[in-house]
Amino acid sequence: MAHAATHDHHDHHGAPKGFFQRWVMSTNHKDIGTLYLIFSLTMFFIGGAFAMVIRAELFKPGMQLVQPYFFNEMTTMHALVMIFGAIMPSFVGLANWMIPLMVGAPDMALPRMNNLSFWIMPFAFILLLSTLFMPGGGPAGGWTMYPPLSLQGESIAYTIFAVHLMGISSIMGAINIIATILNMRAPGMDLLKMPVFVWSWLITAFLLIAVMPVLAGAVTMLLTDKYFHTNFFNAAGGGDPVLFQHIFWFFGHPEVYIMILPAFGIISEIIPTFSRKPIFGYRAMVFAIASIAFLSFIVWAHHMFAVGLPMGAEIFFMYATMLIAVPTGVKVFNWVSTMWGGSMTFETPMLFSIAFVILFTIGGFSGLMLALAPADFQYHDTYFVVAHFHYVLVTGAAFSIMAAAYYWLPKWSGNMYSETWGKIHFWSSVISVNVLFFPQHFLGLAGMPRRIPDYNVAFANFNMISSIGGFWFGASQLIFLGVVIHCVFFSKKKAADRSWEGAKGLEWTVPSPAPFHTFDVPPVIHDDELAHGNTEH
Amino acid sequence: MTSGGIGRSISAWAAGALALFGGAAWANPEPNQLNMTKGAAEWSPYAMHMVALWVCVVIGIVVFGAMFIAMFRFRKSRGAVAEKWSHSTKLEVVWTVIPVIILIFLAHLATGGLTSFADTTNSEMTIKVTGYQWKWRYDYVDYKGKGVDQVGFISKLEETSDRTRQLKSNLDPDKIKVDGYNTYLLDVDKPLVLPTNTKIRFVIVGGDVIHSWWVPALGWKMDAIPGIANAAWTNIKEPGVYRGQCAELCGQDHGFMPIVVKAVPRAEFEQWLATQEDEAKVQKAAQTAQTVPAQAPQG
Ligand code: HEM
Ligand SMILES: [Cu+2]
Ligand SMILES: [Cu+2]
Repeated sequence: MAHAATHDHHDHHGAPKGFFQRWVMSTNHKDIGTLYLIFSLTMFFIGGAFAMVIRAELFKPGMQLVQPYFFNEMTTMHALVMIFGAIMPSFVGLANWMIPLMVGAPDMALPRMNNLSFWIMPFAFILLLSTLFMPGGGPAGGWTMYPPLSLQGESIAYTIFAVHLMGISSIMGAINIIATILNMRAPGMDLLKMPVFVWSWLITAFLLIAVMPVLAGAVTMLLTDKYFHTNFFNAAGGGDPVLFQHIFWFFGHPEVYIMILPAFGIISEIIPTFSRKPIFGYRAMVFAIASIAFLSFIVWAHHMFAVGLPMGAEIFFMYATMLIAVPTGVKVFNWVSTMWGGSMTFETPMLFSIAFVILFTIGGFSGLMLALAPADFQYHDTYFVVAHFHYVLVTGAAFSIMAAAYYWLPKWSGNMYSETWGKIHFWSSVISVNVLFFPQHFLGLAGMPRRIPDYNVAFANFNMISSIGGFWFGASQLIFLGVVIHCVFFSKKKAADRSWEGAKGLEWTVPSPAPFHTFDVPPVIHDDELAHGNTEH
Repeated sequence: MTSGGIGRSISAWAAGALALFGGAAWANPEPNQLNMTKGAAEWSPYAMHMVALWVCVVIGIVVFGAMFIAMFRFRKSRGAVAEKWSHSTKLEVVWTVIPVIILIFLAHLATGGLTSFADTTNSEMTIKVTGYQWKWRYDYVDYKGKGVDQVGFISKLEETSDRTRQLKSNLDPDKIKVDGYNTYLLDVDKPLVLPTNTKIRFVIVGGDVIHSWWVPALGWKMDAIPGIANAAWTNIKEPGVYRGQCAELCGQDHGFMPIVVKAVPRAEFEQWLATQEDEAKVQKAAQTAQTVPAQAPQG
């Protein structure tokens, strides 16, 4: 131990030389951040490949490509991979890279645990994805894993252990983030001067610690029901299948906010930069995030309006869900007000952020409609819901991650990406994603249930349009890959330390690329240099 | 229709949009349908849906409008200079209070909808619906306060659809039509026959895994869960054939367990029910007759 500790102190001037030493044994927040980001991009393409199978089968009526059971494996795996493999780890990667840089800390508070939280992930996903190659196939009961159906699957144990591993990784990541933010800030970096991104992650980390154990409990009960003769969810043995849904969504709803709060943070950094104007209502923004996080614990049964809840429960969960629209609205209004009176330019990160505000809001509108329980008796489990959560997750969470990648790539790599190709990627994505998901609103309203491999001829046109948008959106992401690879390895254009004219915050005071070790000595904080240093409100 | 679907969809769009704003009532999915059906039953969330939709459209126009104005006016390339302000209590109060008022209005509407939906009392008829992998069972429990004698049957995907939906069947889903309406995956061997203008209570249960019984024209879906008896009701106003599907993932053939409700005037329904009861009696008699000779040689 003592030896290792001194060893860490030695190489303060550069990265370890050996590949294994540098990447597998890493305790450096920047390298681990990079690992997370590469991992999540890989998962994004694997999950995307599953989506292509889904959209190909749904291209026209009739079964052309896959068996219905395999189709169900695809929808299940697509969701699990995208949620746990793509969106969540990429936010953790961004947190690793940026939080120490933003609060003036030399590294994460718990660097070795950081290494462990990352390296669990590849194993979790090998476990999960390997089920596709086994006799009996992968999980096919939906990412929500409702029993009794999920217990009919032969690979449920693999899925459960994979979920356990992901949960452990997330919890450790969250502990690390909280410890870093609360203990490692440079003197003068008061809590209420922190970037909104850091705030959003602080709150998200608490959500993670609160709900990942709940998910672990729920899936463990599935495991014992399947293999150890318990009857938690088995009606014939005195259990209750609906109990699982309550536990799952007690995790599940905060989980969807785990996937959007860091996005709120990112957007709240980027819009001020390219508007050259401080964020409007800093404190209201932080307070809105905190109240959304609180409310997210008391709305879970809006996913269960059709299970036959007592009327009082329906009313309670309906009102609580509708309340979320208020702080969410505050955020949207504040972003617009930040832009108002600014001096705007439209580089790729800004384009993605503006698209985020508009398209996430559309997802919020459908969310508000879904919150109305009587109307949800129609919407529930249709393509209308599919459209809703893809607007908030793809054009919300995923767009914010892309915005963040373009925004901070110069800091990470020391090079500027190609603005032309970035814009091509943006326009191609933003058009195709709407071709992909907007018609799904119509399909749901017209009566098409979700998670079906084939459909009546009446749904044919919009499905075909949606599939074309899907292939186009999928292909557009290859441009993203190209832009990133070009930027990191081939771009000749060096990035300035302050890569964007209007950018403020500590991360822009260090060189580009950020050296292996930063802030060995805590920086002296000048409020004017901070993005939110002078915000009295 | 699958080939060249796009071209036709654009021309059909105009008709669809017209119907959307003209408010045509679809009972069953129509090609290029954009909006929710008004339904054929007394209880319908359609009005509530439309109110919520228009509220969202109006808010959207205001917010996105402001954004586009900002993007146009405050561009650096137009020489805009950034202002310094970053706060306004007055504005923040305004855009907290106005949404709250709108939400209270919507909550009021929705609470009314929920209350009427939850009231299953005073029904004249009870149907028990059981979901199985991958078919439905319907049992007629009582009608006008009298128990119904052994009328119940399984209802599952009709055969032509079933053959067509097999992987690489090379059969054309377009060809499956009833009265000119395409019924691919939306038709069953034996529909649920119900009387119109009758408050009907449903008791919905799951036989193996969770399913969800959904006919859009009735305005709601209700999960069919093993071990739990869920209740719902409808009162169908217009005779017709109403089609729906299972709405909760229930395994490989989840997409292939449609629901068909055939609503007929009461007199016709009573006749139908009587025939069914008679048939059930005949069948029962035949069964006993069959079992007796079967046992005879032993005796
Ligand atoms: C204004 C805020 C929001 C409201 C009022 C809202 C409301 C709802 C409701 C009522 C449902 C259940 C629909 C149904 O199954 O019938 C739902 C589903 C869903 N929402 Fe939201 N939502 C909001 C924002 C979000 C955000 C920010 C995310 C994630 C980033 C999200 C992700 C999801 C997902 C993933 C589902 C579907 C889960 C599933 O069944 O697989 N929502 N939402
Ligand atoms: Cu939710
Ligand atoms: Cu089903």
